[in-house]
Amino acid sequence: MTKLPRWADVVLVPLICLAIAFVFCGILIASIGQSPVVALTSMITGALGTQTGWGYTLFYATNFMLTGLGVSIAFHASLFNIGGEGQATLGGFGVAIACLFFPWPHWSMALLGSITLSALFGALWALIPAWLQAKRGSHIVITTMMFNFIAYALISYLLVNVLKPEGTMDPATARFDKAFNLPKLADIFGAVGIPFSKAPPANIMLFVALGLAFATWVLLWHTRLGYAIRAFGKQEKAAVYAGIGPVRITLYALLLSGGISGLMAVNAVQGGAHRLVLNSVEGAGFIGIAVALMGRNHPFGIVLASLLFGFLYQGGNQLALATDPVTGEQLKIPREVIIVLQALVILFTGALPYMVQRPLEKLFAKLKGAA
Amino acid sequence: MDLIAILQILESTIRMSTPLLFACLAGLYSERAGVFDIGLEGKMLAAAFAGAAAAAVTGSALAGVLAGIGAALILAAVHGLASITFRGNQLISGVAINFFASGLTIVLGAAWFGQGGQTPALSEGRLAQTPILDLFGIDGHAHPVLELFLGHGILVYVALLAVPFTWWLLYRTRFGLRLRAVGENPAAVDTAGVSVVRLRYAAVGITAVLCGLAGVYMSMGLNTSFQREMTAGRGYIALAALIFAKWKPVPALWACLLFGFLDAISIRFQNIDLNGIGIPVVIPGQFTNALPFILTVIILAGFVGKAIPPRAGGEPYVKER
Repeated sequence: MTKLPRWADVVLVPLICLAIAFVFCGILIASIGQSPVVALTSMITGALGTQTGWGYTLFYATNFMLTGLGVSIAFHASLFNIGGEGQATLGGFGVAIACLFFPWPHWSMALLGSITLSALFGALWALIPAWLQAKRGSHIVITTMMFNFIAYALISYLLVNVLKPEGTMDPATARFDKAFNLPKLADIFGAVGIPFSKAPPANIMLFVALGLAFATWVLLWHTRLGYAIRAFGKQEKAAVYAGIGPVRITLYALLLSGGISGLMAVNAVQGGAHRLVLNSVEGAGFIGIAVALMGRNHPFGIVLASLLFGFLYQGGNQLALATDPVTGEQLKIPREVIIVLQALVILFTGALPYMVQRPLEKLFAKLKGAA
Repeated sequence: MDLIAILQILESTIRMSTPLLFACLAGLYSERAGVFDIGLEGKMLAAAFAGAAAAAVTGSALAGVLAGIGAALILAAVHGLASITFRGNQLISGVAINFFASGLTIVLGAAWFGQGGQTPALSEGRLAQTPILDLFGIDGHAHPVLELFLGHGILVYVALLAVPFTWWLLYRTRFGLRLRAVGENPAAVDTAGVSVVRLRYAAVGITAVLCGLAGVYMSMGLNTSFQREMTAGRGYIALAALIFAKWKPVPALWACLLFGFLDAISIRFQNIDLNGIGIPVVIPGQFTNALPFILTVIILAGFVGKAIPPRAGGEPYVKER
């Protein structure tokens, strides 16, 4: 069987998977008596039609970029970390500590503090599963999954019993000091003379995330550690034979993975909500899986995929508010359509890639034969 | 705490253990055959929805049960296709199925019934609550001990009987031997002239039927309707119980009863105050909720007897090399 040309493997396969997922969701929307075209156009106008929409799209994209990068580093070591949700939850705890208990003189110091603590807590939450995987051979998927639930219980306990201000019912921390609010895109673009909407919470973490994507690329393809991680992931026995320590690499890959996932909380908690609430991650840890798979585990692909999912997430939020342009009636499409779409993207890109690849390989072989 | 309260907690334990037990045995068949299944949660959720929806529309509990099993079978077919036929990543497939069920049940529920994802409350379509007591004309409230043992729906007894049946099937039949073999060494099974693919599909099918029963018991037995995300992680707790039980049917029963007991406790008490029995500690409810997972991690860590999964678990079988 001829191998696919690289461009087809990297670009065509994910796009076909995405197209199948979209078609399926279109059929689903049509089957509940709504128009898929109206749904798609209202998602596009809601997410990309205004500066505010763009701002939210970029805000969510920042979340998914970070969790997606986290998932992908572990993937490169052949470790499937589905604990991004829990690691980001703990990252949120780190942000809350940084923003509630330290008298930072400036937002930039607060940002450094919360970046450090959130990455630390995220990495710590990955440490036990990582250690169990490396030393005891306990399956990382199972342990990280368990740790998601434990994280939720832990944060729920901390919020209700420790962090919640006296006299409030809401399981959430107090609001952070306004001085620690991160500069929004409006402030950053405004500084160079471009006016931008002040409403959306997209903030400087977008650039931190982009920088991290670049750093991840450098790490994976231009450092010894990155080489070791990839070699370990491709062929564990060969890597060990070449002197790469399996315990060390497993720990490094998962600590990096957890740390980056933890950073997502800086964007969501310090940048968005300005306080720690119960479900601060809102599934971004799981969407990171879809983003990593869709982006083919390459930082550049992940940046693009996170923009796509940012658009879908914001578009999905807008679906709930959208009206039909002809009849003016409220659309009756729940935002959970996006979860179905996300599931299908994960299914086709992650679990059924051969279903798309094999017919494509045959097609390319035929084309080659004809030429 | 008086005797009645203890009896009530035990009764609640049996009720809460039932969906766990179904799902745990479901996972056992699949994983013993070498197909990892973290999509138990999704299959339960889909079955809970399909069951409650079909029962609400037709008014027939049997139609609901069949619809629930059907929904689980469809998702299992996708999982089988991904992990057996197309040799994809079984774990990713499971994750996808969970999200798929989570989103689809809400979308369809909101579209069909217009109650934000909930199904209409069942009256005649609900599973019979106390069929045995009713048969003998016993008032459960007057005889709490009888109620504890006999005051449950049929599915509770089906789940309990499924444990010895599974044991017999796995360890005393040819099918069971082959099923276990295909999870340990599929190449050997293949060499013996038995189809690996067919065996694994059979296992995944049994898994779906049991997940279906777990789901319909939740929406049509424990409750009177489907609510969004109503399985609330029970598919994962069942998976934890399966590891806790080291992939064996009888220990699975004890693990599910233990986790069901924790569930029953956390439903009854917010926090457990041990001051009453002389220990100055209050166990927070969140700890009780997280305990199944913490215990499973400890078991996985191998501090209390090591849990070793089936050797060929998670690996697609490639026939020719």
